[in-house]
Amino acid sequence: MYKAFLSLRYLRTRYIAMASIVSVMLGVATMIVVNSVMKGFTSEMRGRIQGLLSDIVIETNSLDGQENARQHFDMARKVVGDKIAGMTATVEVWGLVTFNFGGQFTTRPITLIGIQPDEKAKVGPLVQYLESYQTLKDGKRVIRDPLRSLDEPPTWNLTAQAKAWRHEANQRRKWIEDRLDSPHEASGEGDEFHPRVSSVNHTETSKPAAANAPTPPALLKAPTQTRPAISPTLNASATKSQAPKAASAAAKNPFEENQETSIPVAKRPPVNEDDPQAPRIYIGAGLIRFPYEDPKTGERRMIEMVRPGEDVTISTVSAGRPPTRQDFVATVVDVFKCGMSEYDSNLVFCNLEELQKVRSMVDPVHPEDPDRRGITSIQIKLKDFRDAPEVIERLQAVFSPGIYTIKTWEQKQGPLLAAVEIETGILNVLLFLIIAVAGFGILAIFYMIVVEKTRDIGILKSLGASSSGVMSIFLSYGLALGVVGSGVGVLLGLFFVRYINELEALITAVTGRKVFDDKIYYFPEIPTLVQSGMVFWVTCGAIAIAVMASVLPARRAARLRPVEALRYE
Amino acid sequence: MTKTMAEIGSTHGPAVSFTTQRTSSASIATQSRWLPAEGGHASGPHISAVAVEKAYRKGQHKVAVLRGVNINVRRGEFLSIIGQSGSGKSTLLHLLGLLDCPDIGEVLLEGQRMDDLPVRTRDQLRNRVFGFIFQFYHLLPELSLLENVLAPLMIRYSAWEFWKRRREFRDRASEILHLVGLDHRLKHRPSEMSGGEMQRAAIARALVARPEILLADEPTGNLDARTGQEITELLASLNEREQLTILMVTHDDAIAQQAHRIVRLSEGQIEAVAAAA
Repeated sequence: MYKAFLSLRYLRTRYIAMASIVSVMLGVATMIVVNSVMKGFTSEMRGRIQGLLSDIVIETNSLDGQENARQHFDMARKVVGDKIAGMTATVEVWGLVTFNFGGQFTTRPITLIGIQPDEKAKVGPLVQYLESYQTLKDGKRVIRDPLRSLDEPPTWNLTAQAKAWRHEANQRRKWIEDRLDSPHEASGEGDEFHPRVSSVNHTETSKPAAANAPTPPALLKAPTQTRPAISPTLNASATKSQAPKAASAAAKNPFEENQETSIPVAKRPPVNEDDPQAPRIYIGAGLIRFPYEDPKTGERRMIEMVRPGEDVTISTVSAGRPPTRQDFVATVVDVFKCGMSEYDSNLVFCNLEELQKVRSMVDPVHPEDPDRRGITSIQIKLKDFRDAPEVIERLQAVFSPGIYTIKTWEQKQGPLLAAVEIETGILNVLLFLIIAVAGFGILAIFYMIVVEKTRDIGILKSLGASSSGVMSIFLSYGLALGVVGSGVGVLLGLFFVRYINELEALITAVTGRKVFDDKIYYFPEIPTLVQSGMVFWVTCGAIAIAVMASVLPARRAARLRPVEALRYE
Repeated sequence: MTKTMAEIGSTHGPAVSFTTQRTSSASIATQSRWLPAEGGHASGPHISAVAVEKAYRKGQHKVAVLRGVNINVRRGEFLSIIGQSGSGKSTLLHLLGLLDCPDIGEVLLEGQRMDDLPVRTRDQLRNRVFGFIFQFYHLLPELSLLENVLAPLMIRYSAWEFWKRRREFRDRASEILHLVGLDHRLKHRPSEMSGGEMQRAAIARALVARPEILLADEPTGNLDARTGQEITELLASLNEREQLTILMVTHDDAIAQQAHRIVRLSEGQIEAVAAAA
């Protein structure tokens, strides 16, 4: 009875013990906050990676790929059909994207992925990452409402806004072209992507342009504009010199055309220059945007180099030996942003069919037969990701390892995930050391209290308290201290986690410096995830440390002989 | 109370009875033990020391404090132990009160040897049989007066038992506080009381567990003469009314005269035993 009573009374009346409580509290609160934020970040990140990569990926070892996606699907279904939720075939190849911004060509390395958007959407939440489905926000201010409803499956169609922008961009270009004369056009020549086309274009179009200024059909100011610039000459204005060439080009076998000219795709040039190209892409936000800080105002904003509706040039290699360079012009349909800068500044999704054509993965004899086209990887979504090891094992039995590599998304992102795990682990060790330090504080303070209480211990013993009773006074004092400290710490930590964004705003307001810049981290706000298990173990650990720290002082108190203790005056 | 000791000593053996027979001894404890027992006094001494020797180690040296002391205290006796500082009177009191163990010799309670009992049993005997009063009052500073007085009961009973009987205990404590004249200061902390009041509180605390023997170590040492006299008179009246066996250590002859018998210690040995004037 007296044990609990006295330890609680000591807790209330010894203010020095508050120091221990505060140290335990701060340690616990810090651990909870850091763990929650780390967990929030990783789970968000994992979600995004998994969403983009899907659960399991079967890849061909060769860039040439394998023919017949359907056959591969059947093989996979035969062994693990019951566990598969969705499958899609893709072509993955690296490449370059080139676009013109501010009169300058920007070329960036990319990973080009040919997909069928509706199929891809079945293996991962593609729609979540496309900006036309999102509300664009700057902080809390809504810039733009979603352009498409989330029920709408992703397609390669331009949104009305993108179309309008394309039209506007064309109008502007025409306006500029109208005001430029041939010397400027000559200086604009240098389309390294279509040397032959551009030279042909140039020689053919510059003459009439020099003669009568109003309709210069092709101004090669930017490669992105090359193709729409040609199209009106083919259709609307139809200069006599070009018409037969266009006709003959259309008549040619696409395979031959690929061999002879470097016009790889665009066998059907758009009728209207406002119509998009046949190859369409979703381009990663990181490729086409960069943050810019105004040196005068210090205001930060994103500079957009390419917008949906514009054209970019993509270079990649064909399948076959040796791989040859293939260039094509594609219209940006949408911007995707998954929040992983590694992906956002690297990935470009393209329509599968067009990419197969560009890469000569289409059977020249049966160009329309989907079963005779090559694919390089199959993305599989599982009903339950926990089945992954078993599924991989079974798939490896049918997909020969010499030709295919089968991995989960976690294995593909192994180093990154491992790095995050290690980081979390180290942080936890360091933070737990904080609590351990608090433990030593408790030890020191308790020793002091025991010395201070020597007389009282003697009194208690003279009143008949046993040694174990005295020991348990101090042990339960430590326990009470740990419980109160970690209890308050849990509350403080959870409060902090709950209002972390408000607190961040407050700190930003006070210091005038943005603590968490959503434009850098891609997250609109700091992601947190509180795991009850984590909170439980942190609390247990803190209480255990508090009790352990009080063992030594408690033993000392218990060993005091009453006579010695009472002589203390 | 003889029953209690008989239980401890003979029937069940000393080690076991107090730990296993908690309820029976508790029920006995609730009977008005410190009130005069109904007849049947044991004829022998209530508490006695037989040739006890005690030495303390001070660094390299061994200092003999008690060198073979024999003492018998009758039931209901008020005994004073006087002597100079260092004569071993406090040590003798501690040995008799089981706060310490003699190096040689025996301490007997109603003829039963106590000093070789297990620690736990001695702890319980201290709680039930003895009440202590010290020179420096030794109240627990964190507790109020009432809580200080209840402390021995809190130590004796489990939390549940104490909770069940809290009213009874509280009444008993206020009754005793009334007896010592402190019933108006129940909520006060020791630091808010005067020396005399604190010593009365200490007496109340010693009495609340209804002990058989009250051991007072210089109870007046820290008080002025008048307050000291009051305290001594209180002890004397307790002895008279409740038939409490009281051993009081003091170095003040005038105070010692209140007792029935005076034992004078010198250099660890009994120099003289005299009846009070």
